[in-house]
Amino acid sequence: MRFPNIKSVKFGYYVRHWTVLGLLLIGMILLLGRALQLQVLDNSRLQAEGRARQVRIVAVKPVRGRILDRRGEVLAISTPVDSIWADPQILSSSNTDLKALTEALELSSGQIESQLHRYADKKFIWLRRHLPPATARLVLDLNIPGVFTLREYHRYYPAGLNAGHVLGFTDIDDHGQEGVERAFDRHLSGVEGKKRVLQDARRTVIEDIDRIKPVYHGRDLVLSIDLRLQTAARRYLAEAVQAHGAAGGSALLLDARTAEVLAMVNLPDFNPNDRSEITGGHFRNRAVTDIYEPGSTVKPFTLSLALSTGSFTPDSLVETSPGFYRIGGWTIHDIKDYGSLTLSRVLIKSSNIGTAKIAMEMAPEELYQTFRDIGFGQITGVELPGEQAGILPNRQRWRASEHATMAYGYGVAVTPLQLARAYGILAADGVMLPVTIRKREQAPSGRRVIPSDVVTEINAMLEKVVSPEGTAQRATVPAYRVAGKTGTVRKLSAEGGYRDDSYQALFAGFAPVSDPRFVVVVVIDEPGLDQYYGGEVAAPVFAKIMTDALRLRGIPGDGDNNTNQIVFSKLEADLGA
Amino acid sequence: MIKSSLFLSLIIFVSAMAVVFVRSDNRQSFLALQAATSERDSLSEEWGRLQLEHATWSLHDLVENEARFKLMMIAPGPEEIVVLRLEPRQ
Repeated sequence: MRFPNIKSVKFGYYVRHWTVLGLLLIGMILLLGRALQLQVLDNSRLQAEGRARQVRIVAVKPVRGRILDRRGEVLAISTPVDSIWADPQILSSSNTDLKALTEALELSSGQIESQLHRYADKKFIWLRRHLPPATARLVLDLNIPGVFTLREYHRYYPAGLNAGHVLGFTDIDDHGQEGVERAFDRHLSGVEGKKRVLQDARRTVIEDIDRIKPVYHGRDLVLSIDLRLQTAARRYLAEAVQAHGAAGGSALLLDARTAEVLAMVNLPDFNPNDRSEITGGHFRNRAVTDIYEPGSTVKPFTLSLALSTGSFTPDSLVETSPGFYRIGGWTIHDIKDYGSLTLSRVLIKSSNIGTAKIAMEMAPEELYQTFRDIGFGQITGVELPGEQAGILPNRQRWRASEHATMAYGYGVAVTPLQLARAYGILAADGVMLPVTIRKREQAPSGRRVIPSDVVTEINAMLEKVVSPEGTAQRATVPAYRVAGKTGTVRKLSAEGGYRDDSYQALFAGFAPVSDPRFVVVVVIDEPGLDQYYGGEVAAPVFAKIMTDALRLRGIPGDGDNNTNQIVFSKLEADLGA
Repeated sequence: MIKSSLFLSLIIFVSAMAVVFVRSDNRQSFLALQAATSERDSLSEEWGRLQLEHATWSLHDLVENEARFKLMMIAPGPEEIVVLRLEPRQ
C-alpha cells in the first residue's frame, strides 16, 4: 500500500485556496468599482433619470353612473374628457411663448398671462376644462413645461330639452345640482380610489405600481320615464302653450297600476347640455315645485265624500237657481243658471253652487279629512328635489265661505303631481298608490281611501264629463272610454283677491275607464284671454298624450264605437296546450 | 444541534425561494391586471361614445321628422288600429 506524498497534497491545497480567494477578491473589487461608478462618478445622469420618473399617489376618479329610461334608453351618460391645468411657478419660469398655448386652448390673448400673474404663488390653476381628448393631446404635444392634463368626465344628456327638469344636471365637478342628478347623487357618483403610479416629467402615468384604495364607479339608475312618451308629452304641451300664448305649463303621465311617472314635462324648460344663458325660473320642475289652486278638479272628491256618507245618491237633487249663491259675505257663481241639478249633473256641468251646497251638508272637518286622505297637503315622496307639500289649511273654526269654496277647489293648493296622484286613486278603484320616478318591477301595495262602489259611481259621472253634454268633449280619445274633469282657476293677485284677467286651465283624467292604465294631468298657466277654459286649452293636450300612450303601449280600445277588434280564442296548436 | 440548524437553514432557503417566486408571480399578475384594466377602460370609453352616438341618432324628434317628412309616414289614429286579442280557452 502506497501513501500519497504529503508535500504534494499540501501544495495542491494552497493553489486551490488562493485561486478561490483571488476570484472572490476580483469579484468584490468589480462590484465595489461598479458601485463607485454609479454612486459617485456617474450620478448626474441617474439623478436626471430619477427626476424624470417619480412615484406618486394619484386619485382615480370614479365614472358617474348612467341614467336610463324604463326601456333602457340613455338619458345621461359621462364620457371622458381632459382638463388642462398648469403649475404657474414652472410655467412662468420657463419663459415659453404663451401664444401657441393660448391658440391651442382657444382662449383670448392675454388671459393666461393675467392668470399667471394673479396666481403666481400657487402650484395649480385650471387653464381649460373638459376638452375632447384629441384637442387635449394637441396641447400636450406643444411640450410646454408646467402644463399638464387631468382626466375628468363630462356629462351628456342626449334627450336635451325633453327631460331637462326630471334629470337636472351636474356641475363641472360632477356633483348633482338639480333633478334626479341631485336626488340620487350618492347612488350615481361612486367613490374615488387611490393608486401609486410611476409618472414622467410631464406627469403622464407611465406605469401603475400599486392599488392603494379601489375605485368604486357610480351605479346606473333606471327611471320610470318612457322617453317616447316624455318626448310626445313635451311636444303637445309646447304646441298648446305656444298656441294660447301661455306663460308656462306642466303635463304628467302616470301608470295607473304602478303609480310610476312615465312622463313629466314643464314649460318653460332648458337644455341640460347648454345652460349658459338660462335663469332660475327655467330650472323649476313645476310639476312638483309649484302649487296651484286645483279649482273644479277637486269636485269629484267632494262628491265622493257626499256619496260615502250615504245621505246622497247620484240622483239627489240640488237647486242651483238663480246662478249665484251668497254665503257668509261671499258670492259663488256658475257660468249660467242651471236650475235644479242631480248630483251627477252637478259634476258633469261643473256647477260651483251645486258642489258648495252639497258640501255644506257635511262638516268642514270631514271635507278636510277627505282632501287629506287623497294626499293634499302632503308631499308625495317622489324623490325629486324641491317638492312642495301644497296648502291644506286645518282650521279651528271654519267660516262658511271657507268651507264652501274649499269644496270646489279654492283656498287649497296642490302640485300637479299631487293632483295626478289623487286621480290615480279614482283610476285604481279607490286605492292610493305611492308615486315614484324609479322603475318598478311590480305594482306596489296601496291604501284604500275611497270605497269601491263610490269610485264606480264617480267614474261614471267623470266619463260623462268627456262627452257632448259635459265640459270636456275635447278630451275624447276615439275608440276608448275616457274619464276626467276640467278646471279653470282664477289666479291670485299680488294684492290679495282673485284676478279676472289671469287664469289657469287644468285637466285631469284617465283611460280606459273599464280598466284604467294611464292617468294624465295637464296644467296650462295664464293662457291668452280668447280661450282659457280647461276644456278648451288643457283637454286637447290630455287627449293627444293619452292617444299616444294607449297606442304605443298597445292597449285595446273599450269604447262603444270600437269595432276594430278581432278576438281570437287561444289555439291549442299554437300554444302547445 | 447541527442537524436541527441544517434543517432550519433548509426551511429558510425554501421560504426565501418561495418569496421570490410569489413576488415574481404577483408582479406578473399585476402586469396582466394593469393591461386588462387599461383595455377595459378604453373599451368602456368607446362604449360610452357609441352609446352617446346611438342616443343622438335615435332622438325621437329626429326619427319622427325622418318618418314624417322623408318617408311620408303617418301615425294611425285609434280608429285605424286593429287589435288582435287572445282570449283564454273556455
